[in-house]
Order: sequence, then C-alpha cells, then structure tokens
Amino acid sequence: MTLLARLTGGVPARSLWGLGLLLVLLLAAPALLGKYGLSVLILVLYFAFVGQAWNIMMGFAGQLSLGHALYAGVGGYIAAGLFFHYGIGPWAGVFVAVAAAVAAGSIVGYLGFRFSLAGVYFALLTIAFSEFTRIAFDHWGWAGGSGGLFLKVDATSDILNLRGGPLLFYYVILALAAGTFILCRLLLESRLGRYWLAIREDPEAAQAVGVPVLRCKMIAIMISAALTALAGVWNAFYYNNLFPETAFAMGRSIEFTLAPIIGGLGTLFGPIVGAVVLTGLGEIFTDLSEVFHISGLKQIFYGLALLVIVMYRPAGVWPWIAERFGFGEKRR
Amino acid sequence: MTADFLLSLAQAITKGLLTGMVYGLMALGLSVIFGVMRVVNFAHGEMMVVGMYLAWMGFEYLQVSPMLSLPVIAVIFFGAGYALQRAVISPFIGRPEHQQFLLLLAIAILLVNVSLVIAGPDSRGVQMDSQFESYELGPFVFDAVRVHAALTAVVIAGLLWLFFTRTRIGKSIRAAADNNLGALVVGLDVRRLYAFTFGVGAACVGAAGALMITIIPVTPFLAAEYTLLAFVIVIVGGLGSMTGALAGGLLIGVSEAVAGLLLQPSLKSMVSFGILILVLLLRPQGLFGKSGP
Repeated sequence: MTLLARLTGGVPARSLWGLGLLLVLLLAAPALLGKYGLSVLILVLYFAFVGQAWNIMMGFAGQLSLGHALYAGVGGYIAAGLFFHYGIGPWAGVFVAVAAAVAAGSIVGYLGFRFSLAGVYFALLTIAFSEFTRIAFDHWGWAGGSGGLFLKVDATSDILNLRGGPLLFYYVILALAAGTFILCRLLLESRLGRYWLAIREDPEAAQAVGVPVLRCKMIAIMISAALTALAGVWNAFYYNNLFPETAFAMGRSIEFTLAPIIGGLGTLFGPIVGAVVLTGLGEIFTDLSEVFHISGLKQIFYGLALLVIVMYRPAGVWPWIAERFGFGEKRR
Repeated sequence: MTADFLLSLAQAITKGLLTGMVYGLMALGLSVIFGVMRVVNFAHGEMMVVGMYLAWMGFEYLQVSPMLSLPVIAVIFFGAGYALQRAVISPFIGRPEHQQFLLLLAIAILLVNVSLVIAGPDSRGVQMDSQFESYELGPFVFDAVRVHAALTAVVIAGLLWLFFTRTRIGKSIRAAADNNLGALVVGLDVRRLYAFTFGVGAACVGAAGALMITIIPVTPFLAAEYTLLAFVIVIVGGLGSMTGALAGGLLIGVSEAVAGLLLQPSLKSMVSFGILILVLLLRPQGLFGKSGP
C-alpha cells in the first residue's frame, strides 16, 4: 500500500480519473484505431518513452546531454547483433544491451562530472562520444559497418524473439512508457529525486549541504542510459535495420530532446504532451507537403512550429495546459 | 620512412594548414558570438552552408567569382545577423541553455531546408580556372585556390582584430563582453552592441562560406557537419578566444589532412572528436582560453 500511496499522494482526484481513463483508452486503442492510427500512436509512445528517459538527466538532474543516440545505438546494435549472429533472442540480449549502454553512460558521465564539465561543455562531450562511436561502428564488421545490419523480416508472430506485427510492438512500447512514467514519479518523490532537483537548481549549494553530487549525477546518467538502451532495442526490432549514420546521428539525439523540452522540462507529463504535439505536427506537415510535392517543406513547417513554440511557450506546453485546466502539476 | 612519404606528409600538412585557415575564420564567428553574449550558435554550420550557396549562385547565375562576391555576402550576412539578433534571439539572452538551443535549432532547420528547397539536394560547386593552377616552392606544390582562400581568411581575421582593438564600437563590444552591467552603467546600448556582434559573427561565417565553395562543393547535408566542426575548433582553441579559434582551425585542418593520409579518409573526423574529448577533459578552457568554463 505504501508504494501506491507514494504514487498517488498529493495528486488531485480528477487527475487520477483522467490518468485511469487515458490508460483504458490506450489499452483499447488497437481495437479503436486503424493501421495508420496505430502506427502514429506507436511513434507517440516511443518518443514519450525516450523523452522520459532523457528528462531524467536534463529535467531532473539538470545535465544537458545531446548524445543520447549513443545509448540507443549501442543498445540496439548489441541486441540486434546477438540475435543476428548467435540467435540469442532480445529478451536475453536486452540485458547485455542495457549493461553495455550503462557502461557507456558511466564512462561519459564519470569523465564529464569528474572534471566538472557543465552546461554546453558537457553537452559537447556527449556529442563527441556519440560521433566517435558512430565512426567506430561505421568501420566495425561485426555490426555490419556502414552497410548496416538487417534483421530478417518475419511475418509469423514469435513473441519469444520479439518478432511480430505492430500490435506486439504497440503493447511492448506501451508497457515501457507506462512503466517509465511510474518509475519517474517514484524517483521524483524519493530522496534521490530531491537531491537531483537540488543539484539542478544549484550544484554548489547542494554540494555544500552534503548532497553526494557526483554519485547522484552518475545514478541519473546510468538510469537514463539504461532506459534509452531499451528504446534502442525496441527500435531495432521494430524497424529491422540499423545504420551507424542514423543510429548514432546527432539528429537522433536531438529528436530525443524535443518532446521533453517542448512539453515541459522536468515535468512528468511534459515528454508525453511533447510527443503528442511533435508527432501530430509531423504527420500533419507530411500530409501538407505531399500536396505541394516539395522536399524539405515538411521540415520548414516543423522548424517554424518549433520557433513559435519556443518563442511563446519557452517553459513548455504542459505547464501551461496544467495551469489552465487545473491538473496541478508544476515544474518542480 | 621514405623521402616520398615525408614529402606527401608535408604536403598534407600544408594543405591542412591552408584549409584550416578557412575553418578558423568560420569558427571565429562562433567564438565571437559566444564570447560576447554567451549564446551558442547551433545554426552555425547552416549559416556556413547558406554562405556557400550564395557564392555558388553568384557564380552560376551572375558569373561573379566567389572572391568578388565575398564582400557582398559578408554585408548581407551582417545585416541578416543583426536583424535576427534584434528580432528573435535578443529575448533569449541569459535564458536557460536548452531554450537557446531549441531556438537556434529551429533556425538551423529553417535555414538548411530553405536551402534544400531552393537549390535541391545535389552537390553544387564552382568551376574556375584557378582550381587547376598551383604554386610551386621547391618540392612543394600548393593549390592556388587554397592559397587564395587562406590568405583572404588571414586578411579578414586581421581586419576583425583591428575592428575589436581600434574602433570605438569594437572596444564597446569588448567592454560589454567583459562586464555587462558596467557597460550598461556607463551608458552603452548593450542590445545594439549584441546585434552588431551577431552581425559580425555572421559576416565571418558568410565570408568563410564564400571561400569554402572554391575548395569543395556544397550540399545541404554538410550543415550539421560544419556545426560540429566549428564546435570542435572553438572548444579546442578556447571558446571566446579569437587566437584560439584560428589556432584550433589550423590544428583541426592539419589533423584531418594527416588522418586522411595515414588512416582512411572516413576516419578523419574520429581524430577531431578524439582531440575534442581530450581537450574537454584535460584543459576544458581550451588551448588558448584564459579561465575555466
């Protein structure tokens, strides 16, 4: 009971009802939506999930990472490579994948935090490691090199090897997103979560009052890397192919940051709302630009939308919605 | 270690030094903008690519050599940078880094995709007679275009140095960078100075683009690469330091050329990122930076 009490303590009743309704709708969604609708919803959940993972580092602990593609790429490549070369299924391979991503995160984090890099400098370190790894994978035969790694597309449903149609991947990503949402709520309510907020607001003051700053930052990057690696594994098996050029691209790292920043950094719903907004806009703009047949037009709309949002809602969309409709979650 | 190898190594180094001067000019723009208003220009490579396209268009449609269109491009970039800072970036100064990052990312997406819509995805280059010329000095052969580009970059960097040390407005900008509050107290119009600075930074990268198009052709996809390259250079040299940006440009130019010769060309940026990681860890203020970050 205490766990449930900690989860729901201090949350307004109408927010709880809203959450329950949302969960029921999401569980029933495949029956309600067509094939296209489901594929969009899968994208929304994927970006909400990785956004939540990234938010732990930036939104909670205040460490700007622009190289999270590293963890998704390493995770995805290892799980896919184990399956491809040795037939080891992803349910086992995911442990190796997550361990490797946590190791990578620990190296980046330890070096960065130990030498007290912060802000832009830390962000550039994360980019550098991600780019470095991209070029290494480009030349690594086991991972398929720059030609990419392809998983056999299998129509038969084989849940043990995470092979199957969109329905399987939908429920897996839904479970991941929902689980991470609960995890983030528990983390925020824990002592560790309070330490993170203290570090985010003023690292020197936190250090002075005895917060173990280095250890807390390390835990943040390790949890964040582990979750991002899960997203990478899911992504590799959903799309059945991996290329260093895309898996480790700076563009992918940036993609991970957009939903939480647009939605509202440091909030629980920010990444979810951001994912809905961004994926929705992306789909609308794809349709619009197909009308005009101009390549690049979609990205222009997208850039304009980002510009408008950051200029008029710099703290994110969710805090504004929450205040207007009385859901009562503020950025802590 | 044959004499042939040593000669080709020396050739690669000189080629790297010449290209590195243009890199340095590009990075100078980033460094000036950061040094004065503490805003990291995530759209820097995109601005570089726009500069390259303008020079290409001048050559393709008006038959003007990039060397001659350079001053015009620099003026256009100054005006555009000034306006952009005044209209869009100004409220974001002093805001959290992730908000500045998102703002400049949106600008970057717009710049690169407008270029894509106008010029298409194919690579665009200029064909000039001077690309086939070279200067010989003993056993060394220098590409004429690289020599011209490097010398022009040196001249522009010199003009910039004179601007910041000799002119009233340049000195005011340095004052605002050193002590923002103090500058306000003595009555400097800091917001105008910031807009001026962004204009100067943009003019640098626009000029660098006009020089770069004489060396390699442009595609929209180069933009992200140049943004990263400019970051690597200014961090290695020291963010906010003018000497650092130029020295960093030379260092990265040489390391790329030598890595392309000794390893595979596709591994050359791995060496740059390796240098970046080492500098960040061992000397985060950069080789020429004065104080810590």
